[in-house]
Amino acid sequence: MENKKNSNPNLTNTELQLEMFEEKKPDGTIEAEPVSPEPKPHHDSRTIKKDAALASAAKQREISVSEFFTKNRHLLGFDNPQKALLTAVKEAVDNSLDACEDAGILPEIKVGIIEVGENRFRISVEDNGPGIVKNQIPKIFGKLLYGSKFHTIRQSRGQQGIGISAASMYGQLTTGKGAHITSRIGHDKPAHYYEIQIDTRKNAPIILIDKEVEWESPHGTKVEIELEAVYKKGRRSVDDFIEQTALANPHATIFYSVTGEPPRELSRVTDGLPKEPLEIKPHPYGVELGMLMRMLTDTSAKTLQRFLVQDFSRVSPRVSEDICTKADLSKDMKPSRVQPVQAELLYKAINASKFMAPPTNCLSPIGRELILEGLKKQYNADVYFAVTRPPSVYRGNPFQVEAGVAYGGDLPGEEPVTLYRFANRVPLLYQQMGCSISKGVTQTSWKSYHLQQPKGALPVGPMVLLVNIASVWVPFTSESKEAIAHYPEIVREIRLALMECGRHVSAHIRRHRKETDALKKISFIEKYIPHVGIALKEMLKLDDKQEKAIVETLKDTLQKSRIKTGRE
Amino acid sequence: MTKIDVGKLIIESADEIYEAILARKKPSMKFPLRNLQNVKYDPKKGFFELRGRRKERTLTVNTVKAFAQTLRMMALSKELVKTNDIATKREAYYVSKNWGEARFHEQPESDTVMDDVEAYFSVNREQLGFIPEEKGGDIAGKLIVIDEDRATKKKLRIDCTKFGSGAYSIPTSVEHLEFETEAKFILAIETAGMFQRLVKHNYWSTANCILISLGGVPSRACRRFIRRLADDKKLPVYVFVDGDPYGFGNIYRTLKVGSGNAAHLNEFFCVPQASFLGITPDDIIDYKLPTHPLKDVDIKRAKDSLKNDPFILHHKQWQVAISKLVQMGVRAEQQALAAHGLNHVIDTYLPKKLAHPEKFLP
Repeated sequence: MENKKNSNPNLTNTELQLEMFEEKKPDGTIEAEPVSPEPKPHHDSRTIKKDAALASAAKQREISVSEFFTKNRHLLGFDNPQKALLTAVKEAVDNSLDACEDAGILPEIKVGIIEVGENRFRISVEDNGPGIVKNQIPKIFGKLLYGSKFHTIRQSRGQQGIGISAASMYGQLTTGKGAHITSRIGHDKPAHYYEIQIDTRKNAPIILIDKEVEWESPHGTKVEIELEAVYKKGRRSVDDFIEQTALANPHATIFYSVTGEPPRELSRVTDGLPKEPLEIKPHPYGVELGMLMRMLTDTSAKTLQRFLVQDFSRVSPRVSEDICTKADLSKDMKPSRVQPVQAELLYKAINASKFMAPPTNCLSPIGRELILEGLKKQYNADVYFAVTRPPSVYRGNPFQVEAGVAYGGDLPGEEPVTLYRFANRVPLLYQQMGCSISKGVTQTSWKSYHLQQPKGALPVGPMVLLVNIASVWVPFTSESKEAIAHYPEIVREIRLALMECGRHVSAHIRRHRKETDALKKISFIEKYIPHVGIALKEMLKLDDKQEKAIVETLKDTLQKSRIKTGRE
Repeated sequence: MTKIDVGKLIIESADEIYEAILARKKPSMKFPLRNLQNVKYDPKKGFFELRGRRKERTLTVNTVKAFAQTLRMMALSKELVKTNDIATKREAYYVSKNWGEARFHEQPESDTVMDDVEAYFSVNREQLGFIPEEKGGDIAGKLIVIDEDRATKKKLRIDCTKFGSGAYSIPTSVEHLEFETEAKFILAIETAGMFQRLVKHNYWSTANCILISLGGVPSRACRRFIRRLADDKKLPVYVFVDGDPYGFGNIYRTLKVGSGNAAHLNEFFCVPQASFLGITPDDIIDYKLPTHPLKDVDIKRAKDSLKNDPFILHHKQWQVAISKLVQMGVRAEQQALAAHGLNHVIDTYLPKKLAHPEKFLP
C-alpha cells in the first residue's frame, strides 16, 4: 500500500471517487458505470455488438449513495455491528473534538450508549463546542461528503465529511430512524432541534422535525443516532476507544455512560488547549496528477506561473517559471486551459524540480509532558517516559512522531506489551499488524533494552507503548483509516522515538535488576552459609558451638567484602 | 590402581577450609579444569593427561551455593567411606533432598558437583563411595572371568562361552577380576545389534576372539575391564564402530585415550592398545556401503575434533580420515553392511579386514 496515491491529500480513495461522481451528478446519484459513447461496432459483427451494447445499456442505471454505501460499508468501518457502534461513536467524538479545538474551547464531551432493544442502541454524543449554524445542520448530518474540512490542508482528526453522515445513514438503514441533532451557537441564540433522514437516492437531507427547544447548554451540539449494534468490552471496544481518546487528548474531559454500567468521568489533566494547527498549502512533492488537474480548474490565479506560486507552498516565482519552461508551457497560460497531456508534463516538471521542505509549524503534537500526564493518570507504573520527535517530511507532507511508555508497576509482565496507536490523536483500534507503528515497534530491537522479544513480534513485558503521528495528511493504508502506510521516513521516525523510550526503560530495568540481585545475594548468604557449617561439622566432628562460630564468622567475612567491593 | 585413604584426604581438606574461615579469610578450593583444552596427549603414555590448569573456587557471595554443596557432598562421601557403604549417583542426588536450601533440583547438578569432588581429590568416584548406574558392557567368547562369591568369598569361574544367546555383563567394579583366555584378540563393537549378530553366529568361535559390546561411549568399568584384560593377556583390541564423527571422536577416542571430563583418571580408564578396524571412510567406498548425509551436528563435531582434540591432532592418519569423511559428506553405520547380505559382515568384511590389522587406523 506504500504507493497509494490520492489526488487530494484530504480525501481517501473512496471519498475521492464519491466526490468526483458527485460533481458529475449534483443530485447525489452515482453512475454505476460511465455512460459509454455510442458504440462503434466492427462491420463484420455489427448485430452482435449492437445487441450487446443495447443489453448493457438496459442494465446501466444510476445507483444511489445508499446502495454504494451498503455495498461498501466495510470501507467506512461499518462491516459488523460491533465495529459499527465503535465507528459511529468515533466519528461523533472526532467531530466534537475538532469543533471545540477550532473554536478554542476546552472540550467537554458526554458520550452515552443506550440500549434500546435487542442488538439496538442509541448513541448520544454531546459537546460544548461552538455549535452549528442552523441551516448547515441538515447538510452536515444528512448529506454524505459535506464538510468544512474538504479543501484545507491542515492537521485535523476528520478529513472527510463522510464520517458522521455515514453513521447516520447506517443508523437509518438498520433501524429506519434518522439522526437527532440539537445545537446552539450562543447563549443569546435559541437551540435548534432537528430530526433528519437522508434521501438516499438524492444524497440530500430530509428534515422531519425542525424546532426550537429549551437547552441548558449555552453552546454546543448533541447528536443522537439509533443503530443496530453490539456492545462488547475488551480490546477494540468503545470503552477502549474512549480511554485511549482521553489518553491522547489530555485537554478533554469525557463523561461516558453505558446502559447498566456506572457512569465514568475521564477528566482532563491540562487546561491548555493544544497548539492550533495552521493551514498550509500543498507542497509540490505531495501532489498527484489528478489533484493537480483539479487545482488547475479551481484556481483563482490567472497565469500558470502565478498558480504554482499561489496555490503551493515553497514555490517561488523563479522556480515556478523554471517549471513552466521544463514542461514546455507558457508561464502566462491560463491554468484552466491546461490540457490533460500538458498537465502530465507539468506534473513531471514539478517532480524534476527541487523545493525546500514544507513548513512544519502547522503540526500540533500532544507534547511529551501531556503524554506523561496521561500515562500517569491511567497506569500505575514504575517508570514513565515520553518523547516528541522533531518534525519530518515524507513525500512533501510534514509529520511528527511522538512516543510514550509506561513500564513496571501494576502492568502485567508475561504478556506482549500493550501498544496504543494514534493518528492525529485518534486511536487506531483495528489492523494493528498492518500498521507502520507496529512495524516500528517490532523492528526495534527490544532485547538490547533488556526486554524479551520473540522474533518479529511485539516485545514482552510489563509495558504500555503509545505512539502518535501528527500530520496534515496521515497516509492510511485503507479508507477505513485503521492503519498507517509503511513510508520509510515514518517508520524511521517511529523507531527513533521508540529507541529513546527503550533506552529509558532499559536504564530502569538495569537499576532494578541490580537492586534485586543485591537482595538475592544477601539471601544467598543466609541460605547457604549454614550448610558450610553443617558439612564442616560432619566432616570434622565439631560441636554446635564451633559450627555456630563458622557460620557467624563466614557471614561476617562475606558481608564485609560485599560492602568493600560494592558488588560481590 | 593404588588405594588411597580417601577419608583422611577429606578430613585434611575440610580442616584447611575450617582454618581459613576462622582466620577470617575466604576459603578456596582448586579444581582441575575438566575439558579437552586442559589435556595433552603423549603417545608413549597412551592417554590424555591433565595439563594442570585449575579453576579456583573461592567462597564468595556468588559461589556460596556451589561451595556449600561441594562441602556437603564431601561430607556424604566421608560418611560412605567410613561405613564402607556405596551410593549411586542417583541415590546421592536423592540424599541431597535432605539438605534443605542446598539440595539439588536435577541430577546433572549433583553429578557435576560429584565430578568436581572426584577431580579435586584425583581419585575415582568408586573410592569416594559413589558408583555409576551405567551398564558396563556385554561379553561373549572364549574368556573365563574369575570373580568371587560375595557370601562365601570362594572363587567363581565364569565361562563367557556358556551364556547361549545371552552375554556376561561387566560389573561396575572390575579391579578384583582375573582372566583366563585362549583368544587371539578382543573385538569391541559399538552397537548391541551388531554384537547380537556376531554372538548368534558364534563368531567368537570362528575368529577365536572375545566379543565386547560397548553400547555407545564405553563406561569407565567397560574401559577398565578391557584395559585389564588386554594388559593381562597381552591381547590386541580391535574396535568396530559406525563410520561417523561420533564413532571416531567420541566412542573410539574415549576408549583408547580417555575423555576430557575425567582426565584425572584416564590413566586407568583407557585402552592404549586399541586400534580402529572400521568402519573407515575408505570402507564406505571399498564396500560400496549405503550412506546417510552428515548432519550439521556431525560436521560440527568433526571440525571440532580436527581443531581441538589432542589425540586427533597427533595422528595425521586420523586427520586425513576425518577430513575425507567431511568431504564425502556422508556417514555409514556398521549395519549398512547388511545391504550386501545379512552375513556379509561375518563372511567377507571382518575376515578381509582382520587379515591386515596393520592397516587399522591408530
